[in-house]
Amino acid sequence: MPELTVGQAINNALSRILKEYPNSFIAGEDIGIYGGAFGVTEGLLKTFGEERIKDTPIAEDAIAGLAVGAAMTDSKPIVEMQFSDFIVNAMDPIVNQAAKLHFMYGGAVNVPIVVRGASGAGTGAAAQHSQSLESWFCHVPGLKVVTPSNPQNAYDLLLHSFVDPNPVIFMEHKLIYKIKDNVVLNDIPSSSELLGKANIESKGNDITIVSYSNMVNVVKDAISSDELSGISIELIDLQTLSPMDMETVITSVSKTKKLLVCQEAPANSSVGSTVISNVVQSSTFSSLSSAPKLISGLHSPMPSAKHLETTVIPQKEDIVKVIKDMV
Amino acid sequence: MALIKDTQLELHRMMMLIRLFEEALEEMFSRGLLHGTMHLSIGQEATAAGACLALDKKDLITSTHRGHGHCLGKGAEPYKMFAELLGREDGYCRGRGGSMHIADLSNGNLGANGIVAGSLTISVGAALSFQLQKKENIVLCFFGDGAVNEGSFHEALNLASLWNLPVLFLCENNQYGMSMASEKAVAGESIASRGKSYGIESIQIDGNDVEAVYESVSTCKDEILSNKRPKFIEAVTYRYRGHSKSDRNLYRTSEEINFWKDEKDPIKRYIGKLLEQGITEVDLKKIDEEVKQTIRTSVKKALDSSLSPITNLEEDSYA
Repeated sequence: MPELTVGQAINNALSRILKEYPNSFIAGEDIGIYGGAFGVTEGLLKTFGEERIKDTPIAEDAIAGLAVGAAMTDSKPIVEMQFSDFIVNAMDPIVNQAAKLHFMYGGAVNVPIVVRGASGAGTGAAAQHSQSLESWFCHVPGLKVVTPSNPQNAYDLLLHSFVDPNPVIFMEHKLIYKIKDNVVLNDIPSSSELLGKANIESKGNDITIVSYSNMVNVVKDAISSDELSGISIELIDLQTLSPMDMETVITSVSKTKKLLVCQEAPANSSVGSTVISNVVQSSTFSSLSSAPKLISGLHSPMPSAKHLETTVIPQKEDIVKVIKDMV
Repeated sequence: MALIKDTQLELHRMMMLIRLFEEALEEMFSRGLLHGTMHLSIGQEATAAGACLALDKKDLITSTHRGHGHCLGKGAEPYKMFAELLGREDGYCRGRGGSMHIADLSNGNLGANGIVAGSLTISVGAALSFQLQKKENIVLCFFGDGAVNEGSFHEALNLASLWNLPVLFLCENNQYGMSMASEKAVAGESIASRGKSYGIESIQIDGNDVEAVYESVSTCKDEILSNKRPKFIEAVTYRYRGHSKSDRNLYRTSEEINFWKDEKDPIKRYIGKLLEQGITEVDLKKIDEEVKQTIRTSVKKALDSSLSPITNLEEDSYA
């Protein structure tokens, strides 16, 4: 079992896909000789050649659009949005085309594409290179949205996203790329059963914390704090945001009677607000012993300066404080 | 090069089929039978017929919101198209797409697209598949003059040229993007010159001359396959009807519309040419009657067919 960073785990998954699926290819900006802005595609050009590791011009609309056309004609594209913020330039092919063609054409076509992108803040990259736009895509029927948080689920979720017959938006938080852990290099599955399944990171009875992407790691850090010793916390990593595994969340909340959701993205119309909305609309509502809470990023563009950036993003201390208040 | 008689008659038949199909839709619309709007290509039949008939079944097309002609040209069944517009289960998209989104993959139609320029990059992706799969086919991408000012038009042309993709960009310049005259919307020399600026060999043709369209697309297809380079055709044409059903034609004169109807109509012109070349009125009448009959029986069958059942539409959103 090799010890890999998230970046290396994704690289391994990509390599495996390219090896086993001759109709697969990768396209994106600087993914070839440069190895990707975050090094994720390093070495793939050398192994698989220019025909399948396609360095593109800076043209996100074309990158996503060509993936749609290729997927409709028996290719299996994985494309990269260098920073997921740039996906805004590719909204038409993703939202109007990829998400809708299967439905709109009466089921006659599938659009199995994976659009990977580096998301999130914490690197001082400021407002146009730090966003967490995942909830935009959760709003669109026809898309699946996946957010890994560690090397193992990054590896597995990418393979499952690849074999899924639908377009998948795969958001890789920049701060997880360097996280290192042992990774079981599972085979490429025959179906995408992992998508839509949350992972219970730790079991507990006093409070349910739901999170996803890098915020899972921040919550884990908070939970290990001495201040919270004696509190039994159940931490759920959603992993897939659309479709969302509400069953796991509701089962957990029925047990703990308390719900806290932690996310980096702003709260308005977000993943966290959907989780809470679903819980309060469920029969579990009556078992809640206090109002559910959402810790989110501020409703502000991401500032560049470190002290301002940490003001916008929820910090470990914020989470510890709210847990103490709630329990 | 003179076309053989069978091809000529087929071009005429296809233009008649497209026109009568759309006239039947207009009639159904006026009787309140159709839900929604539609974009008619009446007056533009030569581009769809000429281009599609020059392709093989395995060549692909991508189409536009004004796509009935492309779809028929590529071999779609009128019955299934009427059924689609009527929301029937037998429709190409089972009532989920309607006029603007008919796809017919069995005949190589990757689908009509409601987003102006929405199919440009899709055609590039499909052409990339052909290249990777080493297939000797092309993708013909239909789009209108309105599409050439969208960013994705430029991204698509750039990429197709850089990667030597087997795609034929065919601009149906009907001279208006909804109400916007292309002369007020397109900077530079011409639409065709935009193809050239990306290093793509580009020509401008009379889009209402069905044989000119047929021969240009045939030649382009051969050259795309032998030279491994994309091509670009600007076919100048004209739509008689409004952009959609709500159009009051405030942006153009009736003189202008009548000029195109009287002097440039693709069907009328072609009939004149065929008669000059010795094809008889009897030959043409026979075709026209067959087409009329096809339309009549297709409409009736579609009206008699079952509505698309209300299934779990949320589940239908995913493959």
